Amino acid sequence: MNKIVEHLDEVTVRFAGDSGDGMQLIGTQFSDTSGFAGNEVNTFPDYPSEIRAPEGTLYGVSAFQVHFGSKHIHTSGDFVDVLVAMNAASLKVNLAFVREGGIIIVNTEGFDERNLKLAGYSTNPLQDTSLAKYLVFAIDMGKELKKAFIEVEIPSKLVQRTRNIFALGITYWLFNRPLEATVSWINKKFKGKEDVIMANAHSLQGGWNFAEKNPDFRKQFIVDKSALPPGKYRSITGNQAAALGLVVAATKAHLPLFLGSYPITPATDILHAISGYKQYGVKHLQAEDEIAGITSAIGAAFGGSLAVTTTSGPGLSLKSEAIGLAIMTELPLIIVDVQRAGPSTGLPTKTEQSDLMQAMYGRHGEAPMPVLAAASSADCFNMTLEAARIALKYMTPVMLLTDGYIGQASEPWRIPNVEMLPDIAPNFAPDPSGFKPYLRNPETLARLWAIPGMQGMEHRIGGLEKEDGSGVVSTDPMNHQKMVELRQKKVDGIANDIPDLEVIGDSRGDLLLLSWGSTYGAAKIAVENLNAKGHKISFAHLRYLNPFPKNLGEILHQFERVVIPELNLGQLKNLIQAKYPKRIIGINKVQGKPFKSVELEEKLSVLLTMTNLQTWDESVSNVGIPVDL
Amino acid sequence: MAYRLTSKENNMKTIIDEILEKPHSGEGNYTSKDFKPDVDVRWCAGCGAISVLSPAQRLMPELGIPKEKIVFISGIGCSGRFPYYMDTYGFHGIHGRALPIASGLKIARPDLSVWVVTGDGDNMSIGGNHFIHACRRNVDMNVLMFNNEVYSLTKGQYSPTSHRGQITKSSPLGALDDPFNPVALALGASATFVARGHDKDRQQLQQLLLQAYQHKGFSFVEIYTNCRIFNDGAFDLYTNSDTREDHTIFLEHGKPLVFGKTKNKGIILDGYTPRVVNLEQGEHSVDDLLIHNEKDSTLAFILANMTYNEDLPRPMGVLQNLDRTPYEDRVVEQIQHEVEAKGIGNLESLLLGSSYWEI
Repeated sequence: MNKIVEHLDEVTVRFAGDSGDGMQLIGTQFSDTSGFAGNEVNTFPDYPSEIRAPEGTLYGVSAFQVHFGSKHIHTSGDFVDVLVAMNAASLKVNLAFVREGGIIIVNTEGFDERNLKLAGYSTNPLQDTSLAKYLVFAIDMGKELKKAFIEVEIPSKLVQRTRNIFALGITYWLFNRPLEATVSWINKKFKGKEDVIMANAHSLQGGWNFAEKNPDFRKQFIVDKSALPPGKYRSITGNQAAALGLVVAATKAHLPLFLGSYPITPATDILHAISGYKQYGVKHLQAEDEIAGITSAIGAAFGGSLAVTTTSGPGLSLKSEAIGLAIMTELPLIIVDVQRAGPSTGLPTKTEQSDLMQAMYGRHGEAPMPVLAAASSADCFNMTLEAARIALKYMTPVMLLTDGYIGQASEPWRIPNVEMLPDIAPNFAPDPSGFKPYLRNPETLARLWAIPGMQGMEHRIGGLEKEDGSGVVSTDPMNHQKMVELRQKKVDGIANDIPDLEVIGDSRGDLLLLSWGSTYGAAKIAVENLNAKGHKISFAHLRYLNPFPKNLGEILHQFERVVIPELNLGQLKNLIQAKYPKRIIGINKVQGKPFKSVELEEKLSVLLTMTNLQTWDESVSNVGIPVDL
Repeated sequence: MAYRLTSKENNMKTIIDEILEKPHSGEGNYTSKDFKPDVDVRWCAGCGAISVLSPAQRLMPELGIPKEKIVFISGIGCSGRFPYYMDTYGFHGIHGRALPIASGLKIARPDLSVWVVTGDGDNMSIGGNHFIHACRRNVDMNVLMFNNEVYSLTKGQYSPTSHRGQITKSSPLGALDDPFNPVALALGASATFVARGHDKDRQQLQQLLLQAYQHKGFSFVEIYTNCRIFNDGAFDLYTNSDTREDHTIFLEHGKPLVFGKTKNKGIILDGYTPRVVNLEQGEHSVDDLLIHNEKDSTLAFILANMTYNEDLPRPMGVLQNLDRTPYEDRVVEQIQHEVEAKGIGNLESLLLGSSYWEI
């Protein structure tokens, strides 16, 4: 039978099932295969904080979304084109994301009486009209698997565990994907377990064959290669990229790498990655708590390591006092904060950008430190190198903000040539003659770094205020004023050593959308889409939050209206308004999820219809919340 | 040992290796004066901490290591000032965190001799969690805990080693807490070297510090230090020359537990219970006495638990001294093992990961 083939620019597929159904696994495989096929890809793992929540429950649903295309892909997709739902609960939770006319592939085994009851369905949605707006493929995957394995001798227990792979096979058929990448992954993953390899590989092919032979599957979709610049690519999450960035930064600085860390969602993957890099001479300590994580790193920094601590919001709160110590002792240190929804324990597995104020000001005393933010998963690599460069050159702790979204989401990363990356020069004391621990480089104001083992430069430092130059403990009032101002001036001066903010679009005009951190993708797409409709919106993205790029004030001045979208209630907006005479319009969302570009488009469209600048009401800033709430 | 890959030469050398390769200053040619920096000691006159400073300064030349390789680290409290008074590298940390700072340093730099000076508040209270984990982790460092059974720098509140009923500014009617027994806590947390000394016998103290240094792994020395201002005389019974012989027992490995001014008393074990016996009444001789064995953890606990028993002398000296590979050596072994198994890491293949594609 002839199948119809349709070409698409971009598609979003969402795999959903129980926590134990292996959805993250097949989502990752689908994403990798799309990358191999030359697409741009962006993913979004969306899983509960329970490890194995009771089967069939709404709160136990785990999902993995893959957005891929032949054009630039900057988000994990606003609407789902294809939903794979392994049970009733996962259909219930995810149906709202599926666009009208979208495809839904369900495993009917997950729709028995018990499952329907747990999902809160009074009637079976597969049998009533509730899915009328969608193209539904209802498949008894257990039964179909049995058929597929009729002539293959594999214990049925093994076969029945491969339902997720069978579903993946069907999805591969839908997009005419090659199976090779996943087969070779299966071979590697289950090396030595021949029957497990056989079960999975045959199940994958079985899923493909099922769709190929089934007359209901009439249409295949082709997503062509995107026009990425030539090079070697891999799929990478922000946490993986940060871990690699740290190893490369240490190499480029010719320093040993030390990570002191305590496990915390969603930052732990950096610790996992670094702990596997022993081959590279990397040392790590899984400390007894967050405070020991950072203070062990401070000890290692005193000893001459490129020292790092990784954490998320609650951990950052615990590290506050120690960050002050690193500021006072002027030691290089990288703090990676993979932000999550707070306050307190909050929504541990969900994303937010609400630690910005804590990163800026969350310390006692006048305690300035550079704050950087990565724009995407792959950008975590670049910004980690930047954090190391600034920390070592300026002798200061540096905060790198990422978040649960880009930390765990993946996108293709063009792998850099390590040789071509610039060296990083630590500010080591040249020799003992005239050495004092707080002598400063007149240009950068960085103090000299002398580490134990360097002869003739023995000195004592600590949290007490010190006399400038000598570093001797001092309570002199004028010296304290001078030191406070010096520390501020040092951080402010970094503005001369970072790139200017770049405006995409007209350099002056009515509306500038200014994003920071992980909102980059959604903001960029929203502006592109609106401009394609004939609007003129300019776009800029901040990676440096303290200090701001030198030209920020001037850029703000060039626009009638400046809009900042943030996954908080307006923290960057307030920072900018405090520094520049400009009223900023905020678009704010705190739902544990990243922005959809369509949400920003809607808000910006409202703004575009308003000619009177005073009519923008703060209450319309909040995405998804009715104005009259 | 510090490893690092440089992308070109494919070896793991770092700047640290260059520093380590440079010639170092006169090993063994120091005097205690070389360890006295040009600053005034600002502890109160008669403070027990001063009595620890001079044994430490006298010990350093005997270690035979370059002084640029010695680091003193402290937390907050009167003890926290100690590093300023040693002309070595030094780091004055924040309250309770001296141990993780020292752990990070020693793990990163196993070539250094790392010393921690802390107090009963810094180490047992705000830093209590770090203390128990440092004990079990066994990073090679020497921890000198000044115990004055009171918070002094905050001007006189009860501490986690204050005794029940102790009158302080924050316990005018008497403290309700029971104290930690620091050596028992250290043993319970698997510290390999546990000792106790006091500020009135500097020679004995210097000897204990030397033994702590010689022990490879985590060494904990509790030091009774008198606070003249807020808890004067707290340890008189155990430290004054006219009473200490009868109220303390100095433990020596392989020797019987004899004490008393005229060496007329000893300790026997009655089941698991230590009892004092008189050696002059003919009933017991030295041969009956318990022999100290610093390699025996069970015995160490029995001895440590004599501490607050008023019928027994207070144990001083080395309670336990076990051999166990220090943490930082295991870190290096793991790295070496991985390098032997897989070769020195290649940065390019690390970046490529397990699956990549070309466009």
